[in-house]
Amino acid sequence: MPKIAVVQDILSANDEIARENRRRFDQAGVFVLNLMSAPGAGKTSLVLRTIAALQPELRLGVVEGDVASQVDAERVAETGVPVVQINTGGGCHLEAHALRAALEKIPLEDLDLLLIENVGNLICPAAFPLGEHLQVVIASLPEGDDKPLKYPALFAQADAVVINKIDLAPYMDFDREAFRRRVEGLNPRVTFFEISCRTGEGLAAWADWLRRRRAEQRESVRRIGGC
Amino acid sequence: MHELAITQRILEIALEHAGRAGARRITDIYLVIGDLSSVVDDSVQFFFDHLTPGTPAEGATLHFTRLPARYRCRACGEEFTPERGLAWQCPACQGWNVEVLQGKEFYLESIEVE
Repeated sequence: MPKIAVVQDILSANDEIARENRRRFDQAGVFVLNLMSAPGAGKTSLVLRTIAALQPELRLGVVEGDVASQVDAERVAETGVPVVQINTGGGCHLEAHALRAALEKIPLEDLDLLLIENVGNLICPAAFPLGEHLQVVIASLPEGDDKPLKYPALFAQADAVVINKIDLAPYMDFDREAFRRRVEGLNPRVTFFEISCRTGEGLAAWADWLRRRRAEQRESVRRIGGC
Repeated sequence: MHELAITQRILEIALEHAGRAGARRITDIYLVIGDLSSVVDDSVQFFFDHLTPGTPAEGATLHFTRLPARYRCRACGEEFTPERGLAWQCPACQGWNVEVLQGKEFYLESIEVE
């Protein structure tokens, strides 16, 4: 029986569309974040806090990913920022082609910063890049400091890890040192933020970092002559 | 994780290569899966059995080569496979700072056809 060598990455189709998305972002001059976390860690709260901190200095847009419902998109729409909801209909993560379709409904050229809120899940989004410039993982104190041990892939590739609900620290046994050590072990270049979306603590540093990273990205696109 | 979508993709790739070779039937599919890739063999097999009837891959055998996680300690250079689970504490120096050498793989290596 003839054997045919294939050696093809099974997720390569997604990666190709992600690269197309990235080219569109760079052409439009928009800086894009992929926000990932377990359900309830505070992705939508961070989106709302980021809008409050940076709009109108930067023109923001949001893509909301959820299995079902429009509730997140409705909350974001109240701020006046353009928002598109993707319902995955059972899918456990956003894929690059679903984002590509959603981008048709967002005025990319009029934006400086696009926040993509992925489906609440610490496993699957890790394998599906969307074309984003930065990956941000949000962890929250009630989840426990062992999550990087249980779900290493997402933490290993994050550009930033945001520790949310820091106002609950007195009531939680979350060992922040152990948490950071575990993440940094796999991912020495990661940047940490400790924040509370409830009180606003730590959000100024987060907003400063976004301003700086966006400026650096624009500069690097300019240097290599766009795309 | 999302093994249905993944298994559809495996089937597409296999059928494409078999079609290009002018094969009538796929008898074997060889997959390489790293332990850090979060892909579950049983689940891929389940969806494969569900998706293939009526296609040239019906009845094909799936072969899974699992690659264990391998880490190199950035502090002392020790290379190790974690004994339990996927934790990456170095058994030699107890450090947590490691480089992933192996375990993220997920690809279709080859197919056998007739």
